[in-house]
Amino acid sequence: MERTRPKTHLLRATRREFLRAVGRVAGGIGLISVVTVRPTSATPDTMNKAIRGVIGEAPVRTGKITLDVPALVENGNAIPLSVSVDSPMTEAAYVRRVHVFNEKNPQPYVATFHFSPRSGRAKVSTRIRLADSQKLVAIAELSDGSFWSDSVDVVVTLAACLEEPR
Amino acid sequence: MSVAADRLVAGGFFLLFAFSVALAAEIPRGERRSGYAFMGRETQAMQDDRTTNPGMLWVLEGEAMWDRKEGAAKRSCAQCHGNAAKSMKGVAARYPAFDAKLHWPVDLAQRINICRTARQRASPLAYESKELLALTAYVAAQSQGSKIAPPSDKRLTPFRSAGRDFFNLRQGQLNLSCAQCHDDNWRGRLAGSAITQAHPTGYPLYRLEWQTMGSLQRRMRNCLIGMRAEPFEYGAPNYVALELYMMWRARGLPMDSPAVRP
Amino acid sequence: MARALVNVPTRAKRGQVIEIKALISHPMETGYRPDINGKPYPRDIINKFICTYNSTEVFRADLHPAISANPFLSFFTVATESGTLTLTWTDDGGQLYVEKANIIVE
Repeated sequence: MERTRPKTHLLRATRREFLRAVGRVAGGIGLISVVTVRPTSATPDTMNKAIRGVIGEAPVRTGKITLDVPALVENGNAIPLSVSVDSPMTEAAYVRRVHVFNEKNPQPYVATFHFSPRSGRAKVSTRIRLADSQKLVAIAELSDGSFWSDSVDVVVTLAACLEEPR
Repeated sequence: MSVAADRLVAGGFFLLFAFSVALAAEIPRGERRSGYAFMGRETQAMQDDRTTNPGMLWVLEGEAMWDRKEGAAKRSCAQCHGNAAKSMKGVAARYPAFDAKLHWPVDLAQRINICRTARQRASPLAYESKELLALTAYVAAQSQGSKIAPPSDKRLTPFRSAGRDFFNLRQGQLNLSCAQCHDDNWRGRLAGSAITQAHPTGYPLYRLEWQTMGSLQRRMRNCLIGMRAEPFEYGAPNYVALELYMMWRARGLPMDSPAVRP
Repeated sequence: MARALVNVPTRAKRGQVIEIKALISHPMETGYRPDINGKPYPRDIINKFICTYNSTEVFRADLHPAISANPFLSFFTVATESGTLTLTWTDDGGQLYVEKANIIVE
């Protein structure tokens, strides 16, 4: 394996040299990809359909549940997400499940968390991936059959220099 | 990819840049900050909490490997080095170091492989493999909090100089040098991401962009590709020379491996 | 062999609400990530997590590809009695990863 550094870097590349170099190597290093986003195909409509598919036609109110996600994230691969529901978590009144949905990932589901009176506190933290800036929705299903929701708009910044073409 | 060919090329490279290139202004000592300071609160929290830091998965793996008998010699790291918390404390903070047999500086991962082949008589671990990252992470974690202390070994001087020259070299299709971003523009942003000062205080680290643990060499390759320059093969002495300079540039800053970075 | 990092308090008072943190190494391959030829890597994720407390299920999570690689979960449970918490992760291939942690409740 011979690796010699080409001499052109010692001189300031002329515009012509630069464009020629771009043309030569563009295919290999993916120079052409200026704006790359990860695959997205879901839409707000898909998310709403998914929500209805999971909770049926029941009315959903805002309140009781808090979805905690930073408004601006440095990297879409590991976004801290915390969801908590204001509930005594007793046999008489507890949270059954919390569903989390997203708007623009290839598919709208994030997770479903199942609780019981043994949980003590209806609070979960995890880390999620978002393909692009989008809305997240969390829906709590209480033991009395009521549904409550919260939503957050998250702005996702992508890495400036990518390691490989995507 | 023979070691001899690598050396020949690197030697030629050093000769080519024996003369100092005009240097960008070095960051004043008092203004130096690790990449940690440039991250958002949430990413910092991910690093700080050892129960949630994903890099700890590799440190734990390395801890298990430390006691494992390996190779034809059926020897574990522990048999020679004992308790890693004692014997490895401060080690990562003073690497790369000069290897007398090779007459060349080596980084921590290469040092681990030299031990594996020479002492354990086992095959070397592949670069960026889970095992090599785990063992390197375990050793580097023992230096957490230790101040980076480049050795004053005079044999390292020509390599460190070559590393400095490379850092200041404009290269690639974008004709950028490391110094232009990391010495001159570290207060700025590049397309929404903070430009850090590029101090290798936390390696090996968990990079959110990679969704896994990675070495400093992987990060350097990432930068070279970003600059549209040809990256060297893993293990190339050019990376070690650059790391030598970067560690000198970061002297006195505390190590924080396993770090988390965006 | 997936490495896991589990955090359960070793001791608790009866009735105390304790936090459990669980981190496991897994690529959580979404099935949408394209390789160098544009063909997506096949999906391979942990899709279920269950925590039992002396054999009673106390927490469960259904996970989808939107969960990050090396998935992290933190949840709560009431310290009812001394015993063992068993954490089980299941992936798409049906493989189980199991970690246990003991707790003394006084």
